[in-house]
Amino acid sequence: MFDTLLIANRGEIACRVIRSAKARGLRCVAVYSDADRDALHVRLADAAVRIGGAAPADSYLRGDRIIDAALETGAGAIHPGYGFLSENPDFVEAVEQAGLVFVGPSAQAIRAMGLKDRAKALMEKAGVPAVPGYHGSDQSDARLRDEAARVGYPVMLKAVAGGGGKGMRIVAEAAGLDEALASARAEAGAAFGNTDMLIEKYIETPRHIEVQVFGDGERAVHLFERDCSLQRRHQKVIEEAPAPGMTDAVRTAMGAAAVRAAEAIGYKGAGTVEFIVDGAGGLRPDGFWFMEMNTRLQVEHPVTELVTGVDLVDWQLRVAAGEPLPAAQEDLALSGHAFEARLYAEDVPAGFLPATGRLAHLDFPDGVRADSGVAAGDEITPYYDPMIAKLVVHGADRESALAALLRGLSRTQVAGTVTNLAFLKALALHAGFAAGEVDTGLIARDIDALTEAPAPGPQVIAQAVVTLAEPGQGFTLWAPLHRRIETSAGPCTLIMEGPDRARVIVADQQVRAIRQGDSWRFDGQAAWPAVRHGNAVTVFAEVTHEITLVDLLERAAYAGALGDTIEAPMPGLLREMAVAEGQQVAEGDRLAVLEAMKMEHVLRAPRDGCIARIGVQAGAQVAAGTPLIELEKAET
Amino acid sequence: MRQDHEAALARVAEAATQAAEGGGEAARARHVARGKMPPRERVANLLDPGSDFLEIGATAAHGMYDGAAPCAGVIAGIGRVEGRQVMVVANDATVKGGTYYPMTVKKHLRAQEIAAQCHLPCVYLVDSGGANLPNQDEVFPDRDHFGRIFYNQAQMSAAGIPQIAAVMGSCTAGGAYVPAMADVSIIVREQGTIFLAGPPLVKAATGEEVTAEDLGGGDVHTRLSGVVDYLAEDDAHALALVRRAVRNLGAAGGDAPDTAGPDPARPIDDLFDVIPADLRTPYDIREVISRIIDGPDFTTGFDEFKARFGETLVCGFARIEGMDCGIVANNGVLFSEAAQKGAHFVELCSQRKIPLIFLQNITGFMVGRKYENEGIARHGAKMVTAVATTAVPKITMIVGGSFGAGNYGMAGRAYSPNFIWTWPTSRTAVMGGEQAAGVLATVKRDAIERAGGEWSAEEEAAFKQPTIDMFEEQSHPLYASARLWDDGVIDPRHSRKVLALSLRAALNAPIEETRFGVFRM
Repeated sequence: MFDTLLIANRGEIACRVIRSAKARGLRCVAVYSDADRDALHVRLADAAVRIGGAAPADSYLRGDRIIDAALETGAGAIHPGYGFLSENPDFVEAVEQAGLVFVGPSAQAIRAMGLKDRAKALMEKAGVPAVPGYHGSDQSDARLRDEAARVGYPVMLKAVAGGGGKGMRIVAEAAGLDEALASARAEAGAAFGNTDMLIEKYIETPRHIEVQVFGDGERAVHLFERDCSLQRRHQKVIEEAPAPGMTDAVRTAMGAAAVRAAEAIGYKGAGTVEFIVDGAGGLRPDGFWFMEMNTRLQVEHPVTELVTGVDLVDWQLRVAAGEPLPAAQEDLALSGHAFEARLYAEDVPAGFLPATGRLAHLDFPDGVRADSGVAAGDEITPYYDPMIAKLVVHGADRESALAALLRGLSRTQVAGTVTNLAFLKALALHAGFAAGEVDTGLIARDIDALTEAPAPGPQVIAQAVVTLAEPGQGFTLWAPLHRRIETSAGPCTLIMEGPDRARVIVADQQVRAIRQGDSWRFDGQAAWPAVRHGNAVTVFAEVTHEITLVDLLERAAYAGALGDTIEAPMPGLLREMAVAEGQQVAEGDRLAVLEAMKMEHVLRAPRDGCIARIGVQAGAQVAAGTPLIELEKAET
Repeated sequence: MRQDHEAALARVAEAATQAAEGGGEAARARHVARGKMPPRERVANLLDPGSDFLEIGATAAHGMYDGAAPCAGVIAGIGRVEGRQVMVVANDATVKGGTYYPMTVKKHLRAQEIAAQCHLPCVYLVDSGGANLPNQDEVFPDRDHFGRIFYNQAQMSAAGIPQIAAVMGSCTAGGAYVPAMADVSIIVREQGTIFLAGPPLVKAATGEEVTAEDLGGGDVHTRLSGVVDYLAEDDAHALALVRRAVRNLGAAGGDAPDTAGPDPARPIDDLFDVIPADLRTPYDIREVISRIIDGPDFTTGFDEFKARFGETLVCGFARIEGMDCGIVANNGVLFSEAAQKGAHFVELCSQRKIPLIFLQNITGFMVGRKYENEGIARHGAKMVTAVATTAVPKITMIVGGSFGAGNYGMAGRAYSPNFIWTWPTSRTAVMGGEQAAGVLATVKRDAIERAGGEWSAEEEAAFKQPTIDMFEEQSHPLYASARLWDDGVIDPRHSRKVLALSLRAALNAPIEETRFGVFRM
C-alpha cells in the first residue's frame, strides 16, 4: 500500500507518529520549518524536507508544500498529527487528489463535524443527546417559560448577542424566571441593543468526559472514556482514564452514543467525541450531552493507550492501509488507570505566559511514558506551542496511578527554561483531585494555591551558591573571609571555615555545608540533583528552582558617565533635532542627527529621561562640544 | 607542652583579631553608612570565592602608635582573582582615614617587594587620605618612604607586572599617583576622589570653591581628565571591574599547579604535642619536616642529603603540595661541617633551580677557641655567601630561635627571602637576653673590681634584669611582626599550607641563573 509515511507535523506528535510508523517498518519523512531545522522529529526521521519559514502559515500550514514534499520523497501517505492541517478538509482533498493516502477521516466527515450547529443537529438525528436548550425567534414570555420548563431547571438565560457574562442569569426554579428575564433583558438591551435570550440547561458541576472512537469508514468501536475536566481556561492540564466515578451503565451509554456519532458520519481512523457531563450527584446514563467531535488523534490519546494496550497510531496506519478495524468492541477492555500531565515551558506565576529557552538539561524518570518532541540541548522557540512533554503514567488503580504521577513529576528534571512542573505537582497533590472530585472549575477555584511559587529554601540557595561559586579551600591565616555571592535569590555570604567546610548565610539563616569529594552536604542533608548551565544552576528540590549568579558587571554605570548633556561629538551641521523639550525618551532613542565629515552621526539617548532643554535647532552649524540637548537630572 | 604552645598562639591570635577589626565599630559603621564595603570585605569580594589568602603583616604596627594603626591601616596579601595569584593592597579608611603611618608605608612597600620578587600583578584598593601629617618626617622624605610606592609601580609596570588600582574613597595628594601610575584604573562614582589638593586646600590657595566630586570625582576623571579608565557604580561593581581587568591581563607567568599533593607522613595537628614550646629543649627538626612535606612516608618524601655529616644542619630534597624544594633546617648549633654542607646544598639547589626552604631554630654558630681557630667564620661565610647570592626563591620559617649570625646563614630578613614567617614560640635577637645581660654584667663587674669595688650577686641580678626584660620583649615574634621584620606570625599547624602558598607565589616568577660570589675556601 505505502512504504513511506510523511508526517505533516512537528514536536512530540511527529516523534510519536514516527515511533509507531518505524515499528511497522515504514520509512518516515519529516517536514520542518526554519525554526525546526535541528528539531528532534527531524533527527528521528529517515528523511526531512524544509517547507518554509518559522511561522506556521509559512510552513506547517502550507499544504501545497507538504504534498510536494511527499511526492518528492516518495511518501505514499501523510499523517497530519493534531493541530495544523489535521482537521482541514480541503487539505484532505488535496492529498487524495495527489494520489496520496490521508491518515485520518474523509473530508466529508471532517466537514460534517466542523460546524458546531450542524454537527449538533446531525447528532440529535442519530440519537446522540445534545445539551437541551431553546434558541428560537419567539421571544415571548410564555414561550420562554414553556421552553425553560421543557429544558428543565436549573436553566441559564443568555443574551443571544452576549458576551462577558452580561445579560446572563442562572435560574434555579420556575418562580424566579420572570424576574431574571426582566433584568437580563434590560442588561442585554443596554449592553448590546438586543434583548433576545436563549435558554440552556444549566450544568452546575460540569465535567469534560470524552470517548475515544475508532472507525474504518463504516463501523466503529469505542475505546472507553477519558476525563479531561482538569482545565485552565479551556486548556486541558491533566487527563485521565477511566473517568472517576464512572459506572458500567454510564460508560456503556456514552460509548454507544459515541459509536453512533462516528458511524453516522462514516468515520475512519481515530476520533474523539466530547461530552459535557453533569458531575453533581454522580454520573447518570441520562446526564451527558454531546459537545463536539474531534476528527483527529487527540493530544491525550496516550492515556487511552495505557488503559487499553492499543497503539492508536498503529491502528491509524493499519486502517489507512486498508485493513478493517483491528479489534471488535468485545475484544477491548479497560485495565487499570492512567494519567497524562502536560509539561509546558511556561511562567506560571506570571500568569502562565509561554516561555522559551534552551533546555540545558531534560530527564524523565523511569516508570513514566514521556512523549516529547525535544531533548536536552534543544530549544523551545516562541513560534509554536511550548509543550516540553506529556508525562503519562499507568497504575493498577487510580490511587497507584496518581502516586506514579506524583513520583514522575517529582523526578522530572528540566533546566534552561521555566516550566509548569510545580503547578502540575500541586494539582497532583490537590485533595479534591485525589478524591476524584474533578470538574472544569477546580483549577480556577484554587488557582492561587495551585500557582503559589514556593521560594527556594536556604539549603537550596546554599547549594546554588557553592555550585555557582565553586569555592576553593579558602585558607586564611586567621579569620576566614566573608565572600558575598549575589544570586537571583538574593545576596548570600560564603565563609570557608576549613578546606571543605563552609557556612553560607542566606538572608538571616545559616547553612552549614560540608564538601565530600565533588559533592556537598547541607545541614547534614545530601545535595539535591542539580545542573549548572552557564551562570545558572537548576536545583531539582521539591520543586525546581533556577538560581542565577548576578552579573555585577551588568550595571548602568555609564549613564552618569555620559552626563546629562548631549554634546556635539565633533563640528558639523545639525541635520535633524528629533525630540522636543519635555519629551520623555528611553535609552537608545534617536535624539538628533549631526552631519560631519561626510557622515551622518545619530546621537542617541544615553539613558531614560526627560528632555529638559534643546540648545540648538536643526540647520545650525555647531562646534565640537556644543551642548545640544540636556536631559533632566537623574534622580539618585 | 601543648598548653604553652596554645598560650603563645592565643596571644598572637588575639593581636590578629584586633588588627582585623581595623578602626573599630564606630568608624566601621560610619564607613558602611556611606555605602562603602569594609576593607576586608572588599578584599574578600575581589578574590575568587574560597580563594586562599596569604595575608602579609597581619599584626603590623601591633603595639605601636598607642594602638592607633591596627594592621598598619592597610590590608595586604596574596590571593587568587580569576584563578590568578595577585597581590592585594587595600587601605583601611576606618583607621585614621587610611592615612599612611610609617608602618603603613613599610607594609605597602613590603607588599610591592613581594609582588616584584614573585611577579604578582598588584591590585590597589585605594581609600586613603595620604600621608599621616603628624608623622610626615617618617613617611615622606626617605628612600623607602611614600614616594617609593609610585617608583615601585613604575618599575613593576616596566617589568611587565600589571598594576591595577580601584579608587574606592579618597586618593589625595601623593596618593593620587596610585591610580594615575596604574596600568588600569577604576573609580567608584560619587565616592572615589582623586586630586592633588582637596577642596579646602584649593580654597586656601586660590580662593576657588569647588566640591570634591567636581574637583576630582569619578565622572570628572573618567569623562574629562582621563586619569581613570572605568567608572563603577559602587564597591561591588568596582571589584567586578577589577576582576574583569585581571581576566584580561593575558597569560600568567609560571603559575605552579594548584594541587594538594600527598598528605605528609605525619599529621601536622599533633605538632603541639611533639615540639617543645621552650626553646631551650632540643628536639629533632625532622619532627617538623615530616609534617610539612609531601608524604606518603618520610623516607619517600625526604631525600636527606649528607645525613651523616654536619648533623646539626638537616638538608634534603622534598616536595610541598607537589612543588620541588630544598629544605635547610637547623638541628642544633652550627659547626663548620654543617656550614660547609649547607653551602654545598644551596649550590645544588641553585644549579637545579629548586627553591629553598629554611627552617630556623638556631642559637648561632659554635663559639670557642677550637672553632674560631679552625675557621668557623670562614665556613660560615661560605654558607652566607651561598644563601645571599643564590637566585632561587627562598622562604624562611622561624620555628624556634633565630639568634646572631645563624639568622644570616639561614636566610634572615637581610637576605631577602621571598617570605619570612614565624611561630608564636619563636624568638629573634642578636643573642639571648641572658647572654646579653651576662656580657654587659661581665664588663661592669670588671670595671667595678678594677676600681677595687665589690658587686654583690643581688646587685648583679638587678643590673641584668632590665636587659633580660628588654630582650624578652623585643625578641617576641609580635614585636618583630609589628615592625615587619617578618611577614607574619602563623599558627604552626598552618606551616605546610603557608609554605605551599609562599612557594606557589614565588614560582610565579621565572627562576634566573645563579651567579655566586667568591667563596672563602
